Amino acid sequence: MVDITPADAVPPAEVAEVELYHPHSWWTKYVFSQDAKVIAIQYSATATAIGLVALVLSWLMRLQLGFPGTFDFITPEAYYQFITVHGMIMVIYLLTALFLGGFGNYLIPLMVGARDMVFPYVNMLSYWVYLLAVLVLVSSFFAPGGPTGAGWTLYPPQAIMTGTPGGQDWGIILMLSSLILFIIGFTMGGLNYVVTVLQGRTRGMTLMRLPLTVWGIFTATVMALLAFPALFVACVMMLLDRVLGTSFFMPAIVEMGQQLQHNGGSPILFQHLFWFFGHPEVYIVALPAFGIVSDLISTHARKNIFGYRMMVWAIIAIGALSFVVWAHHMYVSGMHPYFGFFFATTTLIIAIPTAIKVYNWVLTLWRGDIHLTIPMLFALAFIVTFVNGGLTGLFLGNVVVDVPLSDTMFVVAHFHMVMGVAPILVIFGAIYHWYPKVTGRMLDETLGRFHFWVTFLGAYLIFFPMHYLGLMGIPRRYAELTDMTIMTESAHHLNSFISIMAFIVGFAQMVFLFNLIWSIRHGRQAGGNPWRATTLEWQTPETPPAHGNFGKELPIVYRWAYDYSVPGAKQDFIPQNVPGSFGLGPSREPA
Amino acid sequence: MAIALVLVLVVVGSVVFHFLSPWWWTPIASNWDYIDNTIIISFWITGVVFAAVVLFMAYCVFRFRHREGNRAAYEPENQRLERWLTVVTAVGVTALLVPGLFVWSRFVTVPSDATELEVVAQQWQWSFRLPGKDGKLGTSDTRIVSAENPLGIVPSDPNGQDDIVVEAADLHLPVGKPVKVLLRSIDVLHDFYIPEFRAKMDMIPGSVTYFWFTPTRTGTFQVLCAELCGQGHPLMHGVAVVDTEQDYLAWVGQQQTFAQLSAPQKTGSAARSTESTTASGLDVAAKLETPEAR
Amino acid sequence: MSVILVFLLVIAGFSGWWLSHQRLLAKPWLEQGLAGDFIGLDRSALPTAKIGLGVFLAVVGCLFSLFTSAYFMRMGLSDWRPLPLPRLLWLNTGVLVLSSVALQCAVVAARRGQMDMVRLGLATAGLTALAFLAGQLMAWRQLTEGGYLLASNPANSFFYLITGMHGLHILGGLVGLGRTSAGAWNGARPERLRLGVELCAMYWHFLLFVWLGVFAVLAGWAATFIDICQRLLT
Repeated sequence: MVDITPADAVPPAEVAEVELYHPHSWWTKYVFSQDAKVIAIQYSATATAIGLVALVLSWLMRLQLGFPGTFDFITPEAYYQFITVHGMIMVIYLLTALFLGGFGNYLIPLMVGARDMVFPYVNMLSYWVYLLAVLVLVSSFFAPGGPTGAGWTLYPPQAIMTGTPGGQDWGIILMLSSLILFIIGFTMGGLNYVVTVLQGRTRGMTLMRLPLTVWGIFTATVMALLAFPALFVACVMMLLDRVLGTSFFMPAIVEMGQQLQHNGGSPILFQHLFWFFGHPEVYIVALPAFGIVSDLISTHARKNIFGYRMMVWAIIAIGALSFVVWAHHMYVSGMHPYFGFFFATTTLIIAIPTAIKVYNWVLTLWRGDIHLTIPMLFALAFIVTFVNGGLTGLFLGNVVVDVPLSDTMFVVAHFHMVMGVAPILVIFGAIYHWYPKVTGRMLDETLGRFHFWVTFLGAYLIFFPMHYLGLMGIPRRYAELTDMTIMTESAHHLNSFISIMAFIVGFAQMVFLFNLIWSIRHGRQAGGNPWRATTLEWQTPETPPAHGNFGKELPIVYRWAYDYSVPGAKQDFIPQNVPGSFGLGPSREPA
Repeated sequence: MAIALVLVLVVVGSVVFHFLSPWWWTPIASNWDYIDNTIIISFWITGVVFAAVVLFMAYCVFRFRHREGNRAAYEPENQRLERWLTVVTAVGVTALLVPGLFVWSRFVTVPSDATELEVVAQQWQWSFRLPGKDGKLGTSDTRIVSAENPLGIVPSDPNGQDDIVVEAADLHLPVGKPVKVLLRSIDVLHDFYIPEFRAKMDMIPGSVTYFWFTPTRTGTFQVLCAELCGQGHPLMHGVAVVDTEQDYLAWVGQQQTFAQLSAPQKTGSAARSTESTTASGLDVAAKLETPEAR
Repeated sequence: MSVILVFLLVIAGFSGWWLSHQRLLAKPWLEQGLAGDFIGLDRSALPTAKIGLGVFLAVVGCLFSLFTSAYFMRMGLSDWRPLPLPRLLWLNTGVLVLSSVALQCAVVAARRGQMDMVRLGLATAGLTALAFLAGQLMAWRQLTEGGYLLASNPANSFFYLITGMHGLHILGGLVGLGRTSAGAWNGARPERLRLGVELCAMYWHFLLFVWLGVFAVLAGWAATFIDICQRLLT
């Protein structure tokens, strides 16, 4: 055994301990807190709240689609506003914010063995700017004309024209402003997540000892920092087109018999900028999910993650490749057809590292000791939905197959499965997994299992049949599916079925929310390490961890994050900060 | 335990649904059965992978579930296995990609004998233009669009004078003749989409996009807009009729050329035609107003 | 999109170089024990603030590369009419260079501990940066008076947009410079002051570099250069 070096060898991420440990008042402790864990909870709570709005919007849309003509108040105008805000919230204000702002803030410092993020003040600002962005988005519901109804892709010219709800009112302006604020806020947070991984790691925590959760969030953040500027540029230019009458994206247009002032602009330019952000965005949501699910599977199968190195390389490869596939969203946009060859090839190549990740997850289960806890169930459900959604992605990425399927319900089903349901299942799994660390209590098991079964099976029943509606040729973004020759009677019934499932799944989320709140006080006491996990966040002296995370001395890392069921070890897990070798390979301890 | 069973059921259910459900693509009416075949190949390959992964998972969950005294194996990696899986995946991906790219190269190569047809979209209706006797479409310009010249055909271009203009009415096509569809929009993005023809392409204001196909059977097909174009998007329907050669020629004979339409005093019908365009253009708008009024 | 792709390639190259020093090929399960023998794998020896600024500058670089990409793509369309650049921009460029030089002097002085020189450098840098912003506003006014309005041509729109965005970044930098200067006058700890001055200088040099790039693009040299490269390749 090694005697542990005093922790003063490791400067606590260049923040004086005094500053960290002594918040001066209730306000600086709970509201304007610079503690990454409090910021994480603020981020998560805000994202959940706005996510609930998006859930309700999806119900309203399903009411209209499932039972056309029954609900008069859902006009086409309102429908497009719902669909736009639903999409925007889910992709950006919920998933991005929750994975990076929520999980990133909570887990990165704890998992790398840091006391806090490296720039706590900027980190705090990040949350408040995010909150402002959310409020601006919500305010558009109360603005004259309501929120924008341009679809979450906000394609010009229609996004800023009268034929679209909010196009010539406040809706689009507030939407663009909100996005710009979000990007500014995110950049502040993102700098923290990246630099904390680079500079805040405790002694012994080499990159190859990082849990895959950190790898996923880290890579996703790097991608987000490089991809969000594209959305920023597109938003600023569209704002100028809308407010000051420039013609970046606006060609000569006759709108309802009126010639508009614009001239010569290129709508395709916007699409390039948008998808240059938009495709990496998919992986910005997926990579943290990949990372987290790897850790869930490993911990609950009591087995090291299979092929750790491949997993890391695959994350890096996916991150890099995702910047050269953006135009696969534009196969039928009228861009030069020869781009199709290039982008179809790069898109299908990205399937290879992704497939390797899937293999490694299921191979981790092989000869494991699988505890079917709720996080494990969600992880398994994630694999099913992710594989399903990923494989239909091979249809849409294969340029010519995309021609009949693009802009149909097939696309809706595909992306909901792969970047809606799959990451959200991981979020649920992760919440059941880390809730005991955040609150010190377990979530209720019975409610949890109910939540799992309804969510998994319900979501699968919503989105699996929906692919076949798309195959029939039913277009997406139709406020009403009437007067269509391809829309058979049975397809209408299927739509009603999908809607009913959507209400049921939505209801299960209310049960989950109740569980979240109820268990804070009434949950079973969890102890510090209920899952007997190896990573550093479970080794804190207090649960929930205090400000500064690790008490007096930072932990020192002696091993990788996956020493489960090591032969010769007494227990089936060895925490990362436990020294000593167990007969595997040469010991690297200093004599 | 239940989860292992459910995983098996998910696979079985999905496969049964795939083969037995009544929801499948519409009977094809163009030469793009290549695309349908590529989709079938994709279904087979991805279906096998899906079933294999999920069933394997179900087996693992069943076989290696926790029991008292169990301990997981210790196996950090198996490079040979991983390399094999990578190779197999690469082969599968290639099997998807190669036919796809092959068909795509057909899709983007327009045969030289294809006749041109222009589709002009606006919120929320379809208009069409055929090249007339000279076989050439005249140039057009969005900036000269007006009530008299709703498609913005340049009057000074002699090629445009004999162009046949079909405003906000049904399109007719001869069966068996390849068509190159030129797509133009005078306001926002639209997408000319007939599910039975499989092919589709966005229409971008300010530029002309295209695709081609050969109608293979006669019939009446519904035109849909497949790119969100404002509130009237779901109501932007049109009709395309695929005729026999004879019927087609009869229909063409009844249509008016741009020259006829732009000389209103002679024909008289032109004024009516413009009127009807404006009316049908506002048709959708009126339909939209009604629910709001309620 | 070629400009942004080249920029990302540079970032990827840099990341690849860094990752290649992180022993990504190692088998971590075989390496128990304290990582004392993996020297250099922990954190970088550079101050964290500098790394943070470096990452931020990568984001800023990305932003301007994207503006440049959009500029070139929009330029290819038929209605583009380049606008004459005001001569004043040359003067502004000189002022911005002066600003960077002054900050560099402040850095050297801070390393030597010459407080007076540090203050002089900071003050000069601040004033010249303000002068640059004033100059840019003057250039905008000259153009508007000459009839080159924001919305009348995309070339004009891009000119105002990109110069405006660059100006906003300078303005943001002035806040940082102001805080550092306040430290310089109120007697901040020398090592802290030195770090502050170095960070300011880093930011200033980068924005100068961005400005030179932007100037080249707006003046049309970049397009000519790319043209020549393309001709050489084909």
